[in-house]
Amino acid sequence: MSLTEKQIERYSRHIILEEIGGIGQEKLLSSKVLIVGAGGLGSPAALYLAAAGVGTIGIIDADRVDLTNLQRQIIHHTSDVGLEKVKSAANKMLAINPDVSVKTYHRFAKADNIRDIIREYDFVIDGTDNFPAKFLINDACYFEKKPFSHAGILKFYGQLITVLPGKTACYRCIFNAPPPAGVVPSCSQAGVLGVLAGVIGSLQATEAIKYLLDLGKLLTNTLLTYDALAMDFRAVKLSRNPNCPLCGENAEITELKDEEQPVCDLKSCKC
Amino acid sequence: MKLIMNGKDSNLEEGLTVSQLLVEQKVKMPEMVSVELNGKILKRSEFENTKLSEGDKVEFLYFMGGGNVSN
Ligand SMILES: [Zn+2]
Repeated sequence: MSLTEKQIERYSRHIILEEIGGIGQEKLLSSKVLIVGAGGLGSPAALYLAAAGVGTIGIIDADRVDLTNLQRQIIHHTSDVGLEKVKSAANKMLAINPDVSVKTYHRFAKADNIRDIIREYDFVIDGTDNFPAKFLINDACYFEKKPFSHAGILKFYGQLITVLPGKTACYRCIFNAPPPAGVVPSCSQAGVLGVLAGVIGSLQATEAIKYLLDLGKLLTNTLLTYDALAMDFRAVKLSRNPNCPLCGENAEITELKDEEQPVCDLKSCKC
Repeated sequence: MKLIMNGKDSNLEEGLTVSQLLVEQKVKMPEMVSVELNGKILKRSEFENTKLSEGDKVEFLYFMGGGNVSN
């Protein structure tokens, strides 16, 4: 593939970077990234990856845009309320950059569909908002050997880690299983500073691009934690856990299954 | 005893266990916390009997979702 004149102009600020150049840009254009969740984290990730010229972007989400989403899910506009989130997200990505091919999956990521989807991509971004989905993505990426960026946000805090399955610490190495039902704060108790999603989701997009272009050092074996109130970033060093139920020495998880959603089920809860 | 709690120097009572430290640090929902001691993630069943000692590095790692819910 060679860049057109328009593309050389569009991506000039990438191309003049010695570490990227025309070759790196062509690599991005032939790369495929899957974003699970078109919400707070997925919004900035999708916008930046589209702008960067990642050639194929897949996006999974079963929801429709709700007014309460707009405080942080910046890919969706007021006029999109009621629209499928994946459709709304695809419209914005294509408006930013017609070079990008967007694949939409208007469904919940589940044990019986996610592996087939993940298989088609080079890198996965976990932008989901619930623990069962986070464990599902971790496990599916492990079985499919796909690198991914995990992130979570809550109130004024965020965290992320990049996982190269089977090589670096995974989500289950840190958190064995979803928290028991009854301890997870309910929707009305939780909350999040909108811009926090932008900070963390943009970092996830950064990791995706670094992975695709083999640039720098990935955020592996390291949980980066962010405290917006203290304006403090901290890198917590981790290593693979020999007791990990997925990638440890005596792994008991040998196939993908859906974890129970504690407390609040996604359909009835307008979070 | 002196140890490093979440990257900060802390002075704590001698012989505290991990369970006691969670209480001492006023962690409201210990079920939402994973504990790393000197680079190793502890099993939940080890909290009760694991005593901390001088110079230990302890990290409380919190479950975080996506800012909606349940997170
Ligand atoms: Zn693991």
